[in-house]
Amino acid sequence: MALNRRPNILDQDVFYAELINGQRDLSDEQADMMLAKLVLILSNHVGDRAVLSEAITLARDNTLATPA
Amino acid sequence: MPQTYTYPEFAYVQSEEQRSGTLKHHPVVIIGAGPIGLTQALDFAYRGIPAVILDDNNTVSIGSRAVCYAKRALEIWDRLGVGEEFAAKGVQWKVGKVFFHDELAYSFDLLPEEHHKMPAMINYQQYCLEERLVMACDESPLVDLRWKHKLLAVEQSDDFATLTVQTPDGIFKMRAAWVVAADGANSDTRGMVGADFTGQFFQDRFLIADVVMKADFPTERWFWFDPPFHRGQSVLLHKEADGVWRIDFQLGWNSDPTEEKKPEKVILRIQAMLGPDVEFELEWVSVYQFACRRIDQFRHGRVIFTGDAAHQVSPFGARGANTGVQDCDNLGWKLKAVLDGVAPAALLDTYHEERAYAADDNIGHSTRATDFITPKSRSSLRLRNAVLELARTEPFARPLVNSGRLSTPTPYLRSSLNTPDSAAFAGKMLPGTNCADAPIKVNGRNVWLLEQLGQGFVLLSFGPAAPVTVGNITATVLEVGKDIIDTQGVLTARYDGQPGTVYLVRPDQYVAARWRQFDPALVRTALCRALKLQ
Repeated sequence: MALNRRPNILDQDVFYAELINGQRDLSDEQADMMLAKLVLILSNHVGDRAVLSEAITLARDNTLATPA
Repeated sequence: MPQTYTYPEFAYVQSEEQRSGTLKHHPVVIIGAGPIGLTQALDFAYRGIPAVILDDNNTVSIGSRAVCYAKRALEIWDRLGVGEEFAAKGVQWKVGKVFFHDELAYSFDLLPEEHHKMPAMINYQQYCLEERLVMACDESPLVDLRWKHKLLAVEQSDDFATLTVQTPDGIFKMRAAWVVAADGANSDTRGMVGADFTGQFFQDRFLIADVVMKADFPTERWFWFDPPFHRGQSVLLHKEADGVWRIDFQLGWNSDPTEEKKPEKVILRIQAMLGPDVEFELEWVSVYQFACRRIDQFRHGRVIFTGDAAHQVSPFGARGANTGVQDCDNLGWKLKAVLDGVAPAALLDTYHEERAYAADDNIGHSTRATDFITPKSRSSLRLRNAVLELARTEPFARPLVNSGRLSTPTPYLRSSLNTPDSAAFAGKMLPGTNCADAPIKVNGRNVWLLEQLGQGFVLLSFGPAAPVTVGNITATVLEVGKDIIDTQGVLTARYDGQPGTVYLVRPDQYVAARWRQFDPALVRTALCRALKLQ
């Protein structure tokens, strides 16, 4: 299965609010740690190594292509 | 200096060839009497090759260096007659604990698979092990161990190498059909043949302290990430034989090695770690840094590199000595076949093919452990700490914690010596894999499968088979149910031994080929392939 790059979350606004809310009252340090843990938790859930590789590459390439 | 160990001093003896000024031709000369050079000599002797070992020193390795020996190395030493003793004298451990800050992140039990003669891992000081190997070499009529012999130069011709050697009695020359360089990570021999040795250096330093503890600590491996007594760094506590404990402190790149080595400083560190009431004495302290490197070619003409001379890894995962011993295992039978004129020198190139592949695998493991233990950036430190914090409650995160992986043999799955399967098999015994042990009976006695393998090529058969010969090499038959009895069914299960199944096993106990039915023509072809005769 390839990485799904099409929209896949139905209530995207509520999801996004929940994500931000998950960082409420956290210091920047804690918020960064929370994101790192979220990545690890979701990565394990996905499990599929090809999909994970594709996602890592996408995130990196997109970051490099964005002017600093 | 150590309280628990006295370094032996081995006698220098002038050789007959130096005394009489004779230029003698030897089949093999080994450079370096460390654990790998000594093991290689014993393996050569086991195969019937007389070997001379030259060592520029006259004692065993000073200070405790290698400490963990894994099952495969013990199996090889068992074939050479010293494995049982190492397994009995070494410390066996099963429980590991990982701490993050001042809390236990999780603990694990190695739960070694049952039905193997040798344990998954033992801890044993390198000097003890070397001393026993020296004794075994001295007992062997085929090993000529020469102390205070320093190699100065190697000159290669088509058929032999000429060595210039210095002893307390001056300089003399000797000839060797083959030279095995086992002279360690700082190998001078490498420079003499112009070999490249490249890889990654790690900008970090570690302090090793061996201490004798009076306290009753459990026989467990404890690893701390960022503990309160050693902020921002890692610490490892491991038990050795004779009441000695190994403590390994990560120091960081900016530390001053001379300052850190001072006993008063080390004692303070250890007190902070163990608490003020624990009595201990310092045995040995050293500061080291490390690199992961590999030689370009394991064979340079008539000079063949083994152990740390060929590859260097970080200490995490105990891959240095364990890999080196497997180099010896791989080289011995191949060199014997080439010296006997049965196999072409190309067989020795498969030593590079298989062992360089294993070295790269080991370097990969050791580099990944190093990157986890000593993150190189703020963001990788954050990911590492995220794993450790999750590991306290989340089982999924625990396998990600990497404080060094247990050393296991690298299968040569793509080796040119393998004959690919032509039928389906269950289990792990793919061509290129080292044979798993199994309890069996021979003549009513309880013994082990691996004790029956290793002298030459063997046809391990689950039905009738006949010996197959190529040149002076015969694959002998070991028939299950006739020559050996699988009383517990472990052997049949591990090898998916349906009736008629035949395995062709190499002298180093690796699977070369397997079939569902014995066919002498197919065995012959596979045997030729395993000897590089086609």
